[in-house]
Amino acid sequence: MDWLARTYVHAMNCIHYMHDKYFYERLEMALHDRDILRTMAFGIAGLSVVADSLAAIKYGKVRVVRDNTGLVVDYKNESKNPTPQFGNNDERVDGIASNIVTQFMQKIRKHPTYRNATHTQSVLTITSNVVYGKATGNTPDGRRKGEPFAPGANPMHGRDNHGWLASCLSVAKLPYRDSLDGISYTVSVAPQKAHLSDTELVDAAVQAFDMYFDHGGFHMNLNVIDKETLEDAMKNPDKYPQLTIRVSGYAVNFVRLTREQQQDVISRTFHGQM
Amino acid sequence: MPQLGHVEPGSRHDLHIGLSPDAPDESELREDIDGATGYLHSYETASRYDGPGLRVVLFVSGCLLRCTYCHNPDTWHLKDGTYIEVKEIIDRLGKFASALRHLGGGLTISGGEPMVQQAFTRRILAGAKQLGLHTAIETSGFLGDRIDDRYLSVLDLVLLDIKSSNPETYRTVTGRDLAPTLRFAERMASIGKPVWVRFTLVPGLTDDPANVDGIARFVAPMKNVEWVEVQPFHQLGAFKWKAMNLEYKLAHTTTPTPDLVERVLEQFRAAGCRAR
Repeated sequence: MDWLARTYVHAMNCIHYMHDKYFYERLEMALHDRDILRTMAFGIAGLSVVADSLAAIKYGKVRVVRDNTGLVVDYKNESKNPTPQFGNNDERVDGIASNIVTQFMQKIRKHPTYRNATHTQSVLTITSNVVYGKATGNTPDGRRKGEPFAPGANPMHGRDNHGWLASCLSVAKLPYRDSLDGISYTVSVAPQKAHLSDTELVDAAVQAFDMYFDHGGFHMNLNVIDKETLEDAMKNPDKYPQLTIRVSGYAVNFVRLTREQQQDVISRTFHGQM
Repeated sequence: MPQLGHVEPGSRHDLHIGLSPDAPDESELREDIDGATGYLHSYETASRYDGPGLRVVLFVSGCLLRCTYCHNPDTWHLKDGTYIEVKEIIDRLGKFASALRHLGGGLTISGGEPMVQQAFTRRILAGAKQLGLHTAIETSGFLGDRIDDRYLSVLDLVLLDIKSSNPETYRTVTGRDLAPTLRFAERMASIGKPVWVRFTLVPGLTDDPANVDGIARFVAPMKNVEWVEVQPFHQLGAFKWKAMNLEYKLAHTTTPTPDLVERVLEQFRAAGCRAR
């Protein structure tokens, strides 16, 4: 992590030096105030993959698999018991996730930045979780090469299986003070066919937001939609020209996403009720 | 035919025969170990269908009924559950307690039948109350006679399944007698314990208007019954019967039409119940 932090800061310094050197955004920059707080935004993608992987190593028996050049290409967890996974309100792995955010921020802060910018960090992705996943090989948590990361601070698809509340409480533990640019959490809930009235359902959602924020949550992106609608929209985009969903930080017209991005959204955990 | 749970004193089943004179007094032993462990099937952390607000629902294993429409037949046998200590459950519950209080929710014990593991579930409810949570159980009431005041003192709400009012229908549906459930309901009414009555509507099995009316008229005068909830039959549990190699008699039963549900709701409302 020390090496990564150093490399990351140096890379960002180069990038911003070059931005200034060739000042190709000078028109936009001219619209800026003169006295600004200059920040340099770092970020973490795939936090849940990291947390689950470290938890697998700590609580399981993970062995590396090398190819014939000696490079590690895969991991096998030989433990018979399932290792804890992020998103189930389990302190053993939630603590690891929170620590990563804090530790990495501390390591980043050690390195001087271009024009003395303030170091900041975020735990969010937009659709980059798909692209980064493609560029990443097998991971110790069992994730296969090329599989997308979960968006933002979300638990990995399907691993938060103790219900919505557990998932929510896990994400709420992440320390915002070490991630001032934001912690993004996307939730998909199937529409309620309940005996509750519409007002009661809206009240329930509001209560849920309040509870989440009071427990330290920073951001929640709520999609109320069922899987069948999304699958239908993938097959018949003409039927759903206006279908808009929120993808971790911004809203997008579903039928305009690439197939992979659509698959990623559909594969996210759908909680039955909230 | 011996009564359920009755041991003839002096018979070969009586455990007191042959006890050593030094054996500790029974009452000392029981307090300590009675209900400190039990069998749990699973739990769910966010349910709106099991009482007021958002709730954590514990599904215990073990049930004496064998309802033909049961959607959790994998909870029938006590020993199929995970053997677990109450302490572990309360610790885990503690992690959700703050959020549950915030959401006006609480703990519901369902299953299976909570009354089968009466001591175990009582301890869990007591632990939940100490965490400041609202408590409820979902029960058929069949074992209602064994629920004492000590149990009731840590229980805020009873979700009582009155599966039919016609005793023959009840036996066909559950394999057991209706009378204990009605007795339990009357006792709850007499002490004013909040109850939500549940009725599972199964076309061709429980939907006879007279059957529904019987429940409606029984429940309507009870001031402690806050809601009557009609649960339409669904087939989500069908795969479990298949997986357990059980004969599933309701494979061809349809889910109730909205009209049928409305008719049943109207029957309850006409009798004076708050139904939904």
